[in-house]
Amino acid sequence: MKYLLVEDNLELAEAVASRIRLDGHTVDHAAKIADAIAFVDTSEYDLILLDIMLPDGDGRHFLKQHRARKNFTPVIVLTARSQVSDRIGLLDLGADDYLTKPFDHAELQARCRAVLRRNAGSAQSLQTIGDVEFDAVSGHLRVNGNTINLRNRELRLLELLIANKGKIFSKQKLVDRLFSYDDDVSENAIEVYIGRLRKHLEGSEVRIVTLRGLGYRLDHDS
Amino acid sequence: MTANVIVSGSLRNRLAIILTGGAALLALVLYLVVRALAAQVAQQGQDNILSASMSSVLDTAVIRDGRVMLDFPYSSFSMLNTQADDRVFYAIYEGETLLSGYDWLVVPDDLAPENTLFETTTINGDHLRVATGSRVLIGSDGPRNVSVSIAQTQDALSNTLNGISRNVAFLGLGFFLMSSALAIWAASTTSGQMRRLTTSVTRRGPQDLSPVTKAVPSEMAPLVGSLNTFMSRLDHTLTQSEDFIAEAAHRIRTPLATVRSHAEATLQRVDREDNRKSLQAMVRAIDESSRTAGQLLDHAMVTFRAENLEMSQVDLVELLQELVLGMTPVAEMKDITITMKVEGPATLLGDAILLQNALRNLIDNALKYAPAETRLLVEVSRSPTLSVSVYDEGQGFAPDEIETLSGRFVRGKNMGNKVGSGLGLTIAQEVAVAHGGKLILSNRPEGGACVTLFF
Repeated sequence: MKYLLVEDNLELAEAVASRIRLDGHTVDHAAKIADAIAFVDTSEYDLILLDIMLPDGDGRHFLKQHRARKNFTPVIVLTARSQVSDRIGLLDLGADDYLTKPFDHAELQARCRAVLRRNAGSAQSLQTIGDVEFDAVSGHLRVNGNTINLRNRELRLLELLIANKGKIFSKQKLVDRLFSYDDDVSENAIEVYIGRLRKHLEGSEVRIVTLRGLGYRLDHDS
Repeated sequence: MTANVIVSGSLRNRLAIILTGGAALLALVLYLVVRALAAQVAQQGQDNILSASMSSVLDTAVIRDGRVMLDFPYSSFSMLNTQADDRVFYAIYEGETLLSGYDWLVVPDDLAPENTLFETTTINGDHLRVATGSRVLIGSDGPRNVSVSIAQTQDALSNTLNGISRNVAFLGLGFFLMSSALAIWAASTTSGQMRRLTTSVTRRGPQDLSPVTKAVPSEMAPLVGSLNTFMSRLDHTLTQSEDFIAEAAHRIRTPLATVRSHAEATLQRVDREDNRKSLQAMVRAIDESSRTAGQLLDHAMVTFRAENLEMSQVDLVELLQELVLGMTPVAEMKDITITMKVEGPATLLGDAILLQNALRNLIDNALKYAPAETRLLVEVSRSPTLSVSVYDEGQGFAPDEIETLSGRFVRGKNMGNKVGSGLGLTIAQEVAVAHGGKLILSNRPEGGACVTLFF
């Protein structure tokens, strides 16, 4: 996935961009509206993350222009304002969703996923690993000709393992990456989700290997 | 609002009183003037006849054999006939000597020869009009002055005058009544303009500070002008403070977001348990502060709006569907399924923004405290009264806390380490109360909490 992050605070932009890159996506960063327009004109994006207060104007104007130019790339607004009337105004202007700063990265990810799914049709989300087909946006997994609907947590876990196949993840790392610390997810819960994924992947070339004392790794026979 | 206004008199009453008072005065003046004119005209008529009668007698005066002789032509009295049978008197003098007639008719001293003098006297309670004329006859023994007075009672005249007076009185009364009706109408039209302006200002929503664009009479223009200036100043101030709050929020929340993102990113790389603990504590503190700040602002907004509800027909089902759609990504993070159960259409006269805020808090709470992979049910019920319930499959409320949980900053024992401000249920309850309803917390028999907003 390719993201455009429009945010004037360089520190925040860097932190958010690096976190998104960690999930295996590409991010372009624009610090002002003029740059954002230039980026949108020259490149195709799957999603735009838009700050509202920018040095050369109001992000809402960009949003309005963006929609007026029949550009349907979904936009998630990152706003510092939390008032209800502001939220309603944003959605009326054509934002697909909004998130109040400071935000939980897991929630940003979840909202991005929901927005992408609503604006579906992007074939790029389909990945093939061995004989398994996986659509991270719709949450579909095709194994041996059967389509399985993954639950959100299974989906995110599998997405993470696939994006980093061959790498070892400790349970703790998985918890950090997948869940908001507010979620009260124990490391035992990870075992449950791993167990379910293994069951879904049964009979395919893809396997999740347990490395005692170290964690899990996704492998596939090829 | 009007309770604080000091009221002194009423423009409408004052205007009505001045106008009817003026009309009464004018009616009285009209009556007096017309009556005086009529009296004058009638008097003129009688005087003319008296004068003609007197002249016809005086014209017969001759000196024969050294004596003054006069004759009464028939017409001289017949012309004085009236319907009221007025009595006629006469007196003829030669110099100071009464030749014939009533001696109480005295020749006035200031009567010039060849002139006619009219005067009104009262004899035995009768009003008499007297016309006196004199003539100088030249005899062999020099000039001799003869004067004739003809007097007539005024019964016919006063009858006529009374008739005219009565008619004029009726006319004056009619004039007064018509003017009064006109005055009251004018007063109410004038105050009606004011009332219309008042209505157009009162009917506005609490957020509407746009100038009054309705056309007003020129007398009210200064007032409306001041009102518009005042409102635009207020609007300006409000916008400024809103901009200030937005700017402040931006300045505070953006660095917080930076710290949070960095802490989260660092957490991915750090393995040592104590480092992880402090990073988590940092993230947590940031979330607490930003959530509390947001909820405090929301709470302030709810308290303000609760007193000036911006009422409209709110479709609860549509509102909830939007909310559920907005919160689905958060629910999915925990694999919680939100289902809506609706018994037909449910609309409510209420403040959409407040209702949205209250319902968001209820769903937000349920999502926060319910365990992963459970179901959340949002139910709109229409009997016995319109209500929205949110059921979860969590551990429910501690029974001894049910009564106190909606208090300000109160948080339940079952909160675990969830971030919260303790204001969510307070906000929901205040919104319910502002709409004449209530918030009820309960535990479901099969486990889980149920929060219901009754309207």
